[in-house]
Amino acid sequence: MSENKPQSDSIQNPRVTWEGCSVLLDINDGDRLVFARLSAGSTLKFGNKTCSLQPLIGCPFGSLFQVESGKEKPYLSRYIPSTEEGNAQDEGGCQLKEESRDNRAIIDNNQAQCLTGEDIDAMKRQGATGNEIVEALIANSATFEKKTQFSQEKYRLKKQKKYAPKVLLRRPFSRSICEAYFKKYPARIGFLRVDALSLLLSMANVTANSDVLVVDMVGGLLTGAVAERLGGTGSLCNTYPGGTPYPMEIIRMFNFNSEICKRILRCSPKDLCSAQNGTDEQVGQQKDVSTVESQSNEQTSLSVSTEEVHLSSENNVADLVPENELSTVSKTCKAPKAGDKAPKEAIQLWKENGFSSLIIAAPEQDAWSLVKDLLPLLSYSAPFAIYHQYLQPLATCMHNLQLEKMAIGLQISEPWLREYQVLPSRTHPCMQMSGSGGYILSGTRTFTSQS
Amino acid sequence: MLLTDPSKKISFNRCIRDGDLVIVYERHDSMKAVKVCKNSVLQNRFGVFKHSDWIGKPFGSKVFSNKNGFVYLLTPTPELWTLVLSHRTQILYIADISLVIMYLEIVPGCLVLESGTGSGSLTTSLARAVAPTGHVYTFDFHEQRAASAREDFEKTGISTLVTVGVRDIQGEGFPDEFSGLADSVFLDLPQPWLAIPSAGKMLKQDGILCSFSPCIEQVQRSCETLRSNFTDIRTFEILLRSYDVREWRMDCSKVDEGTSIACPPCKRRQPSGEGSVRDHQSSPAVMARPSAEARGHTGYLTFARLKCIL
Repeated sequence: MSENKPQSDSIQNPRVTWEGCSVLLDINDGDRLVFARLSAGSTLKFGNKTCSLQPLIGCPFGSLFQVESGKEKPYLSRYIPSTEEGNAQDEGGCQLKEESRDNRAIIDNNQAQCLTGEDIDAMKRQGATGNEIVEALIANSATFEKKTQFSQEKYRLKKQKKYAPKVLLRRPFSRSICEAYFKKYPARIGFLRVDALSLLLSMANVTANSDVLVVDMVGGLLTGAVAERLGGTGSLCNTYPGGTPYPMEIIRMFNFNSEICKRILRCSPKDLCSAQNGTDEQVGQQKDVSTVESQSNEQTSLSVSTEEVHLSSENNVADLVPENELSTVSKTCKAPKAGDKAPKEAIQLWKENGFSSLIIAAPEQDAWSLVKDLLPLLSYSAPFAIYHQYLQPLATCMHNLQLEKMAIGLQISEPWLREYQVLPSRTHPCMQMSGSGGYILSGTRTFTSQS
Repeated sequence: MLLTDPSKKISFNRCIRDGDLVIVYERHDSMKAVKVCKNSVLQNRFGVFKHSDWIGKPFGSKVFSNKNGFVYLLTPTPELWTLVLSHRTQILYIADISLVIMYLEIVPGCLVLESGTGSGSLTTSLARAVAPTGHVYTFDFHEQRAASAREDFEKTGISTLVTVGVRDIQGEGFPDEFSGLADSVFLDLPQPWLAIPSAGKMLKQDGILCSFSPCIEQVQRSCETLRSNFTDIRTFEILLRSYDVREWRMDCSKVDEGTSIACPPCKRRQPSGEGSVRDHQSSPAVMARPSAEARGHTGYLTFARLKCIL
């Protein structure tokens, strides 16, 4: 059916880690998420133990590792579940026999386990694997056999997490990065949930060769997500009403090559608007929008934009920590630089052609005051999408856009995302869900004779 | 519709030409795709529009009919296309589409397999995501539907990124030539579990599969099949709630002090004193509420990663 042989671009989309690569480590099935940069010296802490991350270099993304105690020090070893074992574990009792057991014989008196802490330490000294310890705990539990199949599984999992933690090596993509931040530090990404982020990218028609205007006050997550979709083509203009660039340290989590990084440019609204209608008055107004918050970010964001970008702390591991700790400089690993000041030629082109779309994620700014200045920079018929964690600023913005007849197809949408537990005879929506992923105002710029 | 051809890229200077595909926008819920042809006319409830009047105008322009009715002319995007395409099957809409692209981790250069093609709503967005160097291979067992989809992709200008094949994926699986090459696979089939083993063969290690099913029983069976070779199996439902916005002058003259329940928004915003409350009441406020009608269900999206065993 196809004339040319199917192939896909493995350079742009690598599936094996390398030295200096940024990875997301998922520990014990999402219990802990850690961003790390792999190097010979980087390490990961488990409680009081420290493991080298060296064994992860050169492994395919998606590989699973288990912490083995080791005679001298604990180490990470590749873990490949056998197919049968995987089945038994995952199915959680697919062939669930008629369960006759229940919890009537279980007494909570803390005497069920016969192994003592000293016994376990002794086993470790003798070089027992984590799995062997788990088996010993089960064998010495007086109540294990009385438990239902379901709670036996729960017990095993709990012990496995403690004595033989598993580490899943994941590719940092906007999906996993957004999910990780939303789970641990939602405020740092303005409560922008992954489904809302995905909608922003669709609604603003982000694709190769487009020129996207971005206001990113969500730590660089939006900028990174857009750059990922541009794939080293087109351009991304990160603008910053207020006069000071906003921090975008999250970009360092993406494994962007230099081709992608150099498409990420920064430009002040003053420089963008000046040729638009060159009045100094307008620029003055934009200065007023500047907030205390962006001022206080000056220090960090400056260092981000002027230095080589690094993701590391002393041991080259960042547990989703605030940017100050993250940007500690390391000598060993360098990621290409993103967020250079836009050159004159780029600004000139944007002015001549207009941007092909606009995305704003400024969860603490007034949407309308940003939109009224930035919308004229878009080509006619260009789509835009504005995220806000609150509804009201978007409602006001939409109303004003209607009054000023600046755009059509205006719509405020709120995504609702529900996850399901799917198990034999036990399928239902998950007990916990996120209450809100924020709101999006979308629309299309129109041409009017005044514009 | 995509920007693979720089001369078609939208810009301040890019005007409508003879032969362009435009989206004629009447209202947000009333749009139509039209191929501009200089001798042709568009007739609708607003009157007769001559295409020749459109040529040379910028995209995004308001154009008038003989009766002074008006419409807007927009550049097509996958989102607008989803709203105007002819429904040959049930289609996927923006919320599901966006989540699928994001969760399948599709980026420029990816090779993506899809079945069935249906009306090509998702395919168009897949093409946008893999451009400029990737490719979407989409399969439908219905010959005529595949042909119509091909025509549509030609019309929207994405045919260099999409190949439509006629094949019963549930029965025969995906063609062997894609074995181990796919970054992602998307299934929208009545019995997805029949196609899952083949999808697993097509995927690269750690590649992602998505199956869209309207019914929970389909999800249940798919998940049972997925467990043998896949991991990180997650099922979602996504819906969009849209809001109506209007300016409203709250009339609180009839309910004076003591009956605060009658006008809670005003009172809450202006707790500072009687005078300001009154001022606020007489000034209009912009308010939003969820639209009365909403979609209640589209389908369940199940995602899973191929286990990495190399």
